[in-house]
Amino acid sequence: MKPAPFDYAKPNSVEGVFDLLDRYRDEARLLAGGQSLIPSLNMRLSAPAILIDITGLDALRGIVVGDGVLRIGALTTYSQLKASAEVARAAPMLSQAISWIAHPAIRNRGTIGGSLAHADPAAEMPACMLALDARLEIAAKGSRRRIAAADFFRGLFETDLKPGEILTAIEVPVIRADYRSGFSEFARRSGDFAMSGLAAHARFDGEVLNDVRLAYCGVDTRPVRARVAERALEGRPFGNAVLAEAKAALARDLDPPDDLQASGQMKLHLSQVLVGRVLTAMAKADGA
Amino acid sequence: MIADREVTLTVNSERVTQRIEPRQNLVDFLREKLGLTGSHVGCEHGICGACTIRLNGMLVRGCLTLAIQAEGAEIQTIEGISDSGEIAVLQAAFLKYNALQCGFCTPAMLLTAAELLEENPSPSREEIRQYLSGNYCRCTGYQSIVDAVEDAARTMAGGSS
Amino acid sequence: MSVSKEMPLSIQDLPNSYIGRSVPRPNARRLLEGRGTYVDDIQLPRLVHVAFLRSPYAHAAIASIDVSAAQRSPGVVRVITGAEMTKHCTPWVGVLTHLKGLKSAPQYALAVDRARWQGEPVVAVVAQTRAQAEDAVALVEVAFEELIPVVDMETALDPATPVIHPDLGDNLAFERRVEAGDVNAAFATAKVVVEETFHFGRHTGVTLEPRITLADYNAGDGKLTVYMSSQAPHMTKHVLAEHLGLDEDAVRVVCSDVGGSFGIKIHTYPDEMSAAALSIMLKRPVKFVADRLESFVSDIHARDHRVKARLAVNREDRITAIEIDDLTGIGPYSVYPRTSGVEANQVVNLTGGVYDFANYRARCRVVFQNKNVMCQYRAVGHPIAFSVTEGLVDAAAGKLGMDPAEFRRRNLIADDAYPYTAASGLRFEKLSHQQSLAKTLAMMDYHGLRREQTALRESGIYRGIGLAAMIEVTNPSAAFYGVGGAHIAAQDGCTIRMDPSGGITCATGIAETGQGSETIVAQIAASAVGVPLEKVRVITGDTDTTPYGGGTWASRATGIAGEATLQAGRALRANILEVAGALLQSAPAGLDIRNGAVVDADTGAERMTLADLGKIVYFRGNELPDGVRPELVATRHYAPRAYPFAFTNGIQACWLEVDIETGFVKLLKYWVVEDCGTVINPRLVDEQIRGGVVQGIGAALYEHCVYDDQGQMLNASMADYLVPMAAEMPDIEIGHIVTPTAESVLGAKGAGEAGTAGAPAAVANAINDAIGVLGAKVTAIPATPRRILEALGKIDKGQ
Repeated sequence: MKPAPFDYAKPNSVEGVFDLLDRYRDEARLLAGGQSLIPSLNMRLSAPAILIDITGLDALRGIVVGDGVLRIGALTTYSQLKASAEVARAAPMLSQAISWIAHPAIRNRGTIGGSLAHADPAAEMPACMLALDARLEIAAKGSRRRIAAADFFRGLFETDLKPGEILTAIEVPVIRADYRSGFSEFARRSGDFAMSGLAAHARFDGEVLNDVRLAYCGVDTRPVRARVAERALEGRPFGNAVLAEAKAALARDLDPPDDLQASGQMKLHLSQVLVGRVLTAMAKADGA
Repeated sequence: MIADREVTLTVNSERVTQRIEPRQNLVDFLREKLGLTGSHVGCEHGICGACTIRLNGMLVRGCLTLAIQAEGAEIQTIEGISDSGEIAVLQAAFLKYNALQCGFCTPAMLLTAAELLEENPSPSREEIRQYLSGNYCRCTGYQSIVDAVEDAARTMAGGSS
Repeated sequence: MSVSKEMPLSIQDLPNSYIGRSVPRPNARRLLEGRGTYVDDIQLPRLVHVAFLRSPYAHAAIASIDVSAAQRSPGVVRVITGAEMTKHCTPWVGVLTHLKGLKSAPQYALAVDRARWQGEPVVAVVAQTRAQAEDAVALVEVAFEELIPVVDMETALDPATPVIHPDLGDNLAFERRVEAGDVNAAFATAKVVVEETFHFGRHTGVTLEPRITLADYNAGDGKLTVYMSSQAPHMTKHVLAEHLGLDEDAVRVVCSDVGGSFGIKIHTYPDEMSAAALSIMLKRPVKFVADRLESFVSDIHARDHRVKARLAVNREDRITAIEIDDLTGIGPYSVYPRTSGVEANQVVNLTGGVYDFANYRARCRVVFQNKNVMCQYRAVGHPIAFSVTEGLVDAAAGKLGMDPAEFRRRNLIADDAYPYTAASGLRFEKLSHQQSLAKTLAMMDYHGLRREQTALRESGIYRGIGLAAMIEVTNPSAAFYGVGGAHIAAQDGCTIRMDPSGGITCATGIAETGQGSETIVAQIAASAVGVPLEKVRVITGDTDTTPYGGGTWASRATGIAGEATLQAGRALRANILEVAGALLQSAPAGLDIRNGAVVDADTGAERMTLADLGKIVYFRGNELPDGVRPELVATRHYAPRAYPFAFTNGIQACWLEVDIETGFVKLLKYWVVEDCGTVINPRLVDEQIRGGVVQGIGAALYEHCVYDDQGQMLNASMADYLVPMAAEMPDIEIGHIVTPTAESVLGAKGAGEAGTAGAPAAVANAINDAIGVLGAKVTAIPATPRRILEALGKIDKGQ
C-alpha cells in the first residue's frame, strides 16, 4: 500500500513549523517518529498535502530533572526513555511501561510526544501521564501553555491540541518518598495493543495506601482514571478485602466498548484482575 | 504534482545521491533505487519486521521511515553487514541450525539478533524470544532461530559451539 | 544401452551416503546474505505495475464504471474493466469429475456485472509505478448496487437465502456421504456415547512474501514468461496457456526463491491471471504484488467448518462407531484447478482414521458464501478431522474415567494390523501408531507431568496435557487430482547429468519453497551417483529446463521426486561405470563410484576421477574403444501406483498452562513423534514439523478471519489478524519412528504438513484437560482468552 502523494518540509526552528502550519492548516500533518502516522498514510486512511518533519527541532529533545520535575522533550524516543537513568529514578512507571510498547525497531523511532498527540486509546504513555499527574507543555505561534494530562485527552484520537499548536515537552513530578509505581497490561502477544492496561501510583505508608492513582488504557476512547476504585483503596490497608471492594468499584468507573479481541465485559473483568496483580506487585516491592 | 527531491546518504559505507518522491519509503528506496533487494517488504504497516534495517546504528522499520528522512544518515543493510563479516558467526549458526527456510524473514532476523547480542551478549532463550518478538517467521516456528542465536552468543563469548 | 545395476546394499548403506544426514542446505547461504532472488527483486526493461480496484462489498451489482479520471492520472498506461478482460482471458471453473456433483460457476479474471466477495478484483490499472497505479485506482468510479450477501453457512441453503449463482440452482457446491458398517446398531448398543459440535475459525496462510507475479510477454516470439512466487510451475504453465489462448509450449513459468507458500501459492488467482493477460496486451512486463491488505481479502482462506460429531464406545472400552456432519462455507467460487471440495472430502476421509473401528457415517456439505474464496492450505482438512476425532476421544476417555493415553493405546490401530483398510475406505500400507504413542509418552514423561498437574492444581495453577494422534496424506498418486481431469502431475521426473568437471546437475519438477527440497534432491543424487554433495547442482522451478512434474504440495517432493532422482542417479552411475569399464578394461560390476572417483569395488583403490573420465568422454572421444557410446545423462520418472497415498503417522503432545483469571494460555512444551518413512535429512524434517506445529498453534489460539454480517472482513491487517510470534511459542522436541514405504526404493514418505495436521487437536485437548476440572470446555478454535473466559463462566457468551 503506497501512500497518496505528499510534499515534505523539515523546518529547523519551531517558528518555521508554525509558519507552515499557518500556511497549510489541516492539509498538513506533523511527522515525528512516524510509527503511527506512516502506517495510516500507507493504508490511505489520510492523505495530507504535506508532512512537516519536526525531528530537526533539538529544542524538543532532552531529559532534565530539576525542582522536583522530570522534564522530557516531546521528541524523546521510547528507546531514549528506556535507557535513561534519570527516568528510571524519577518516574520508574515510565521505564516499566516502555517495555510493553511494541518492539525495539518501533521504539527507536517512536516518540513520547507523538504517542500523546496521537492519543491511541490503547497506548501506554497517555495512561501513565494521567496516573502521574503530568503536565504537558504546548506551544503555538507566539504563545505557550501548560495543561494537565487529565484535561488533554478528550476522546478517541482526540486531544486538546488546537490547530497551529505543537506539544513541546512533558513534565512529570519526580516520584516522592514512599511512593511506588506499577504498570502492567494484558495483550494477546508481546508488543500488541493492550486489551486493558493499568498505570498505578500510590504512597505506601506501611500497609496503608494513600494518594492512589489508577489510570487505565485500552478500556475507553481515552485513558481513564478509575476514581471510584481509587476511593475504595484510599487510606485503607492493602489486603484482599480492600482489593475486592476496589474491583467491584471498577464496574462503576469503567464501561468499556467491545472490540475484536475482547467484549466490554471482558475488558472490565481484565481490568479487575489487573488492579489485583499490579497492586499486589507494588505492595511486595521494596520502595520505588 | 509534487516535485521530486534529492537525497544524499551513506548506504553500506557508500555515499549515494538519488532523486525521490517524498512519499517513497526507505525500504522501497533501497530496493528500487539502489538494487539492494536483501531487505524485504512484508506488510507496509510496521508489524512483520521483514523490512528491518539499521539507520545511524539503530534498528528501524524501513517501511515506516521515509527515504527523505534518511538525508545525511548512515544506513546498513543485510548486504553491508554480511560483506563486512560483522555477522559471520550468526550466519554460520543460522546455517548450522537451519534457522531459515524460505529466507524472507532472515535478513531482518539477523539484524535484530545482531543488535540483541550487542546489547546483551548472553541472553537467555526467553530474552532471545522476546527480542525477536517483532519479527514474523512463518516457516521455522522460531525454535531453530533461538537455538542459532544462543549458539552464536556462546561462540562470540569464546565458548565452543 | 545401459544396464540397470542391482545394488548389493541399500542406498543408506553405501559408503559416503548422504541419506539420513543433517547436511546444511547449500542454497541457504545466499539467503543469509540477503542475496536471494524473490520475484519482486527482478527488474525488467519497461516494467509496469498493476494495481486493482477491489470490490468493497461482499455482494453487489456493478452498475457502471467510469475510468476517465483514472486514465488521465500521472503515469497510467492502461485501465481495464472486466468486460474488456473477457476478450483476453477466458473464465475457469473449479470442478473435478471425481468429486461427484461438485459444481461451480465460471470465474473471471476481473468481475463482470457482479462482485461476489469483498476483495474481488473489479478494475485493473497499469502504471509506471505501483504508487501511481494506486493513485489512479482511487480515481476509478464504480457504481455498485449492494445485494444481500450470503454470510452464514448454516443458512446458506435455506430457501429464503439468495442464491449466489442462479444458474447453479442453489448454494450447494458439493455434498458427499459415506456409510460403512452398521452405525445405528453401534450407537444403540454403546456403553458410552459422546457428542460434540466443533467450530473452526476460517483463517489464512499469511506467507511473509506475498503473492507476486511478473509476467513478461515477448511479442517478437509470442512467448510468455511468468516469474512467479509459486509451488507448481508446470500446472501454472498449463493454466496460463489454457486461459490466455496460448500454446502451452509458448509459456514458460520460472519460480526462483519463494518466500513461503504452504499451499497459498498453488491456486489460480484472478489478479495474477489479469497481470499475465495485461502483459500480452501491452507487450511489456507487468508486475503484480498482492500487498498485505490485499492478501487478506484475496489469498485463499481455509478451514471454515462446523462439525457435529459423535462417537460410540462399547463395553470393552473399544471405539465402535464415529459419525460426523461437516458443514463448510467457502467463497462464491470453487477455486481452480484443485477445487474447494477437497478440504471437506479429506475431513470425511480422515476422521477417525487412526483408530480401529468399522462403523462410520459421514456427511459433508460445501456451501457458497459471499466471502473470500477457500481452498487447499497446509494439511488440507487434516486439522479438522483430527481435532474432531481427538476431541471426541478425550471426551470419551473422560466419561469412562480412563486416562486419555490409555484409551488411545487400546484403540489405535495395532502396529501389526497392516495392510489395513479404514472404515472410510483409506488403505494403509504400514503405520506405527502404538510405537509412536509409547515413544511420545516416554519422551514427555507423561506420568511425571500428570503428577505435576495434580500437585499444581492444589495451588490453583491449571495445567493441561493434550494428545493428538494423526495420519498425514503424502506422496499422492493420480487418484488425488489427475483422475478428475486436472492437469496436475502425480509423477515427477529427474534429469541428471555429469559434466566434464565431474560435477552433477539434476533438474526436477518439484519446487523449493524453503523446506529444503533442493537439498534433499542433492543428497539423494550425490548418494546415488557417488559424488560429494558440493559437486551436485539442483535446478527446479523453471518449466523450460526441468522435466514435466507436479511441483510441491501434499508432501510429495521427497517421496516422489526423491525417488525419481534416486532412479536417475543410479542409471547415470551405471552409464558412467560402463564407460569406465571400457576405458579401464575392467568389468563394470567390479567398479564403484565413491567420493567423485571410479574405484575398485573391493579394495576402494582409485582408478580414475570422474573429472578425468569426463574430459575423455567430452573432449577426447577418440580415446574411447569402438562401440562405446557414452551417455552421461539419464532421466527417470516416478509415480506411486499401488497406494493412492503414502500415509505417515504421528503423535503430538502439548503441555500448557491456562491462566483461569484471564483466559490466557501459556505453552510450556510440545512433543512430536513422527513416522515419515526413510528420513533423508533429519534436521530438515524436524524443522518442517516445528514450523508446521507453530502454524497449527496459530489456528488453535490466534488466527481467525473475522467477518461481520455484511460479509466485511473486520481484521484484514497484521495488527488485527494475529499470527504466532516468537515470544509465545514453545520449544518442540521431536522423535522418530522409521517405517519405510515398500513402494519405492528410497522408502521415503512426506513430512511437510504433519505438524499442522495435529497441533490444533493437541492444543485444544490440552486446554480442555486443564479447565475440565472446573467444568469448562472449549469446542471452538481459535481458543481465544475470550472463549476460555466464557467457558469458565467468568464472562457472558457473546456472538
